[in-house]
Amino acid sequence: MSDLIAIAFSAFILQNIILTQFLGICPFIGVSTKRSSALGMGFAVIFVMLISSSITWLLYHYVLVEFDITYLRTIVFILVIAALVQMVETFLKKASPSLYKALGIYLPLITTNCAIIGVALLNISNEYNFVQMVVYTMFIGLGFLFVIYIFSMMREKLDHAPVPKAFKGAPIALIVAAILAIIFTRFGGLIEWIS
Amino acid sequence: MTKKENFLKGIFKENPLFVALLGMCPSLAVTTSVENALGMTIAVVFVMVLSNFLISLIMSNEKLAALVKPVRIPVYIVVIATLVTIVEMLMHAYLISLYKSLGIFIPLIVVNCIILGRAEAFAAENKPTDSIIDGLGMALGFGVAILIVSIFREFLGTGLLTIWGDLQFDLNFIFDFLRISPLGMFTQPAGAFISLGFILAIIAAVSAKRQEKQINQVKGVKANV
Repeated sequence: MSDLIAIAFSAFILQNIILTQFLGICPFIGVSTKRSSALGMGFAVIFVMLISSSITWLLYHYVLVEFDITYLRTIVFILVIAALVQMVETFLKKASPSLYKALGIYLPLITTNCAIIGVALLNISNEYNFVQMVVYTMFIGLGFLFVIYIFSMMREKLDHAPVPKAFKGAPIALIVAAILAIIFTRFGGLIEWIS
Repeated sequence: MTKKENFLKGIFKENPLFVALLGMCPSLAVTTSVENALGMTIAVVFVMVLSNFLISLIMSNEKLAALVKPVRIPVYIVVIATLVTIVEMLMHAYLISLYKSLGIFIPLIVVNCIILGRAEAFAAENKPTDSIIDGLGMALGFGVAILIVSIFREFLGTGLLTIWGDLQFDLNFIFDFLRISPLGMFTQPAGAFISLGFILAIIAAVSAKRQEKQINQVKGVKANV
């Protein structure tokens, strides 16, 4: 149990997917201009990430390892994720129109989101078992949601701030992200302090 | 468009990182040292030139193109993923230290939007030779951009520039204070965001000034007329 808590905490804060691993920067900069869209993107990422990580984990351990073709993992994973996003989109449209309305427009963007395939690959390279994998993926997704939501609130304020002309848009957003990253790396001290 | 213009547009006018803001994830993650940035550049050049070439070969054959058109994005992804797997295996075999330090970002070249973007926007509609030139220009443009970021970061973060251990550019005779107390933050994640933010701001300022100049020139011409 304690190892699960350690995995969860480090996935959520210390190895935060955006601020320390640099995965999913495109939606982080692109979709974070409004709070509502940041929330939608965050939940869509958690949703797709959990399904795709489970499927790719099972595929890797029961098909690719079995037939000794692990070198094909990049190709297999990207195809599975692309197909899966399509399926989820069609399924949601039919089964739950309200959920589709909330997440629908973010789903196509997710195929090219490196966070999804990145986490699928990290689960393999960290050699997690199934339960650890689910916890890790869940908290990586929550970490994504947390950071993108905080960031979107900051950006809404930035719109009204007197920013120098050259820094308008992406540059100031990156510098704000840097300040967030400093805060998140300093949370590492918390673990040392506790233990 | 001449061949030279086609090549140079990827490096200056349509630079994928600095102008189009594509491929942010690898450019923030692998720029901790010049060495890593160079390795990433080599991998991206290889994948991009070959993927542009293969995709334009497929799409310039009329029969094949008609067959592929409805499912072209999956086809592009398979071509790119195959090339990335080849690069990954080659690096694992010959450049093991680089393979370890780039880590997960080698397979993630698959989802680098620059490569898929050029396949869709250029290679699908142009001749193979032009596509190779375009791919080379774009990949080198990306390479130059991440090299600039990595030089900035490694120099401020450690006070040294190291390339594969043998060539060590010691620039400390000018900035001695950097060796005494290097700004360690720049090798950490926060430094990546700050460096890229400031570089983008500098580029925005320079291009705004140039535009102003051009507008003034046009105004001047009109006033003379």
